[in-house]
Amino acid sequence: MTGTIIGFGKTAGQARRARGATLAAATLALALSTSTAVFAEDAKFDPNASITIGSLYEPQNLDNTAGAGQGINEAFNCNVYEALFTLTDAGDVQPGLVAEQSVSEDGLTYTFKLRPGVAFHSGDPLTAADVKYSIERVTAEQSKSSRKKSLSTISAIETPDDQTVVVKLSARSISLPYNLSYVWIVNDAAKDLNASEDGTGPYRLDEWRRGSSLALTRNDKYWGTAPTNGEVVFQYFTDATALNNALLTGAVDIITSVQSPDSIAQFKDNPDFTVTAGQSTTKQLLAFNDRVAPFDNVKVRKAIARAIDDKKLLTSIWGEYGTLIGSFVPPTDPWYVDLTAVDTYDVESAKALLKEAGFADGFTFKLDTPNYDPHPIVAQFIQSELAKVNIKVEINVITANEWYTKVYKAHDFQATLQEHVNHRDIVFYGNPDFYWGYNNPKVVDLIKASEAAANTDEQTAKLKEANTIIAEDAASNWLYLYPQIVVSSSAVSGYPVNGLNSQFFAYGIKKSEQ
Amino acid sequence: MLLRLLPGDPANALLSVGADAAQIEKAREQVGSNLPLWQQFLRFAGSLARFDLGTSFVSGKPVIEEIAARLTVTVPLALMGFLLSILIAVPLGILSAVKADRWYGGLISTVSQLGIAIPVFWVGILLVTVFAVTFRLFPSGGFPRRGWQNEGQVLYALALPVLTIGLVMGASLLRYVRSATQDVLGSDYLRTARALGASFPEALVRHGIRNGAVPIVSILGIELATTLLGAVVIERVFALPGLGSMLLLAIEQRDYPNVQGVLFISTLLVLLIGFGADLTQRLIDPRLRERAVGGSA
Repeated sequence: MTGTIIGFGKTAGQARRARGATLAAATLALALSTSTAVFAEDAKFDPNASITIGSLYEPQNLDNTAGAGQGINEAFNCNVYEALFTLTDAGDVQPGLVAEQSVSEDGLTYTFKLRPGVAFHSGDPLTAADVKYSIERVTAEQSKSSRKKSLSTISAIETPDDQTVVVKLSARSISLPYNLSYVWIVNDAAKDLNASEDGTGPYRLDEWRRGSSLALTRNDKYWGTAPTNGEVVFQYFTDATALNNALLTGAVDIITSVQSPDSIAQFKDNPDFTVTAGQSTTKQLLAFNDRVAPFDNVKVRKAIARAIDDKKLLTSIWGEYGTLIGSFVPPTDPWYVDLTAVDTYDVESAKALLKEAGFADGFTFKLDTPNYDPHPIVAQFIQSELAKVNIKVEINVITANEWYTKVYKAHDFQATLQEHVNHRDIVFYGNPDFYWGYNNPKVVDLIKASEAAANTDEQTAKLKEANTIIAEDAASNWLYLYPQIVVSSSAVSGYPVNGLNSQFFAYGIKKSEQ
Repeated sequence: MLLRLLPGDPANALLSVGADAAQIEKAREQVGSNLPLWQQFLRFAGSLARFDLGTSFVSGKPVIEEIAARLTVTVPLALMGFLLSILIAVPLGILSAVKADRWYGGLISTVSQLGIAIPVFWVGILLVTVFAVTFRLFPSGGFPRRGWQNEGQVLYALALPVLTIGLVMGASLLRYVRSATQDVLGSDYLRTARALGASFPEALVRHGIRNGAVPIVSILGIELATTLLGAVVIERVFALPGLGSMLLLAIEQRDYPNVQGVLFISTLLVLLIGFGADLTQRLIDPRLRERAVGGSA
């Protein structure tokens, strides 16, 4: 078995610090040097500062295989738990606890050498057995991990020695390193991971006060670069206004994700605060049921895409924030192609397409609209836009639960609105049984082939091709990409701006001394 | 028990979106929602008798532990708000009754009417805007991480919520104090006491307050219970991890052990408060004691 060997060397630990994107210069300096010389430039920050992070997403428990919700990724990913690979804030996959990896030529055997000298917070050293245990925890029958399915090609995990893990696959899976970035490496001797932790990350869990806060303190025995602060406290809120007030009054330093566009105004032109707009992976969709008439007709779907002024919609909801997208793929996915030119806003050509499709006099359809923001507003906007091409929209407001049973499970709908939050989720279009029922054999093949690709270039090329076809087919109508807005006190810097998969790396956050 | 008739199986709340039928069945077994309703109820009643409120479906922690943590927020909040409302309502209520003909007597009743008309969350938001956001005197919300290990911080954090409860509850209480005092002022015994030579303040303190306090105490009992249960709104406005926000979250997550636990403890508290009010009334008014003795004889 000869294969490619990729050595990551010892700089990887420092290189991964480079992902905090706001202060490019400062982080680059950090990446290049381990000495304290760097800190001379940045003399003003307090290395033992306590950073308070305000969030609306309190985890339900502390285990991401036990249905803890997105809040646990925000608090724990790369802060408390590390994985074999890390998904950076820019969207790349970089080695985490892996020092060296080799892949067999058939792509079915991955050998990972673990980084030496890594220990869990309890003091136990990291061994191959812990890695095997951690992966099996995610793929186990009782696991509620959302990533379980993507790891289903793993057929066996072997541990020839303490530092080596061999993962065998039943089919090629180029996304394995990416998928492994979701697998926390936990100590196989740890108990009660619902309410405590034993990871290898730069922070230890100090205290979780349910309904209120979750505190992390710096792990002084961390193998990598030490965090630039001493303590991180996630303070949880259920009410966005209360959260905004907390930032205004200095009770929190950062809000991880602002969801109400109206509240940005009070921070924007104030020198005490910094508003950062990154790119989220949350896409607002008008999803058709491509199985049923008239949406089984490509011309009708394209006509609708052309009849809706996405830019006007985005501006009316998010003001100057957010991004227009011409497909399901956001710019942070490696296979992003700018497809905004496909089916741009053009009412006349929409009318012409409808005429060709035999709907010169328009038609009526029912739009299943989730009852929470921003869907009802989006529905009304679409209603008024489509009225111009004689399409009548009946808005049917439903709850999240109804959406799940009626639309997602039973496929009993004509068209619906939904936000899709996941990163790298174009694969849904390769599944004809998915709720929107898009079925193009070419796309199905391309997506399947992309996973079996020999290298990431090939994978990217195939997915770019698939992406373009999906966009040309107007499989759904991709209205816009949500902005990821982080607001902070101007005393803090160095936080992630894109928040991919809800991650919020805290170790690079600096707070200036006051 | 009626709770379980709500649509939505708690097992669903435990699972991820892509769960299959076997996983759902397993989760149902785990939470007991596969059993007939009457069996679920019997199980619940049985463990209640042992003071075992069960384990949360969501967090896996014993319900009683979670409630205990939440009570350290809600009980002090309600009690302090309650005390403040008495401090506001009793002196002002008596004053406005005694000096009803003066301008400030009228002003006090008018302001208290306003206080009743304004919803509690609005008062909270107003106080936050003025005292936290504008003047930065108090935090806008949240509860200190270490809780009561640092009393100063807790008191500081609870200042605005306590003030909110005190003002709103004080306003409604004030009306009762005022009308009770007015009743007393027009009573025969007060006139007699004055005729026997007691000065007006002396007569009011010795006879008036004691008589007037009886109906007030029963109102106080009801108000205190309302505050404890009504803390949901205040806790939301001020982001406090109390019993109310626990109930709200538990309902959202279909975490029935937590819902039942909170309801059980709340009911218990309300009964205790009612009992306490009864006892207090008897202490204040000897006639109630005699009647009770006479009744049992």
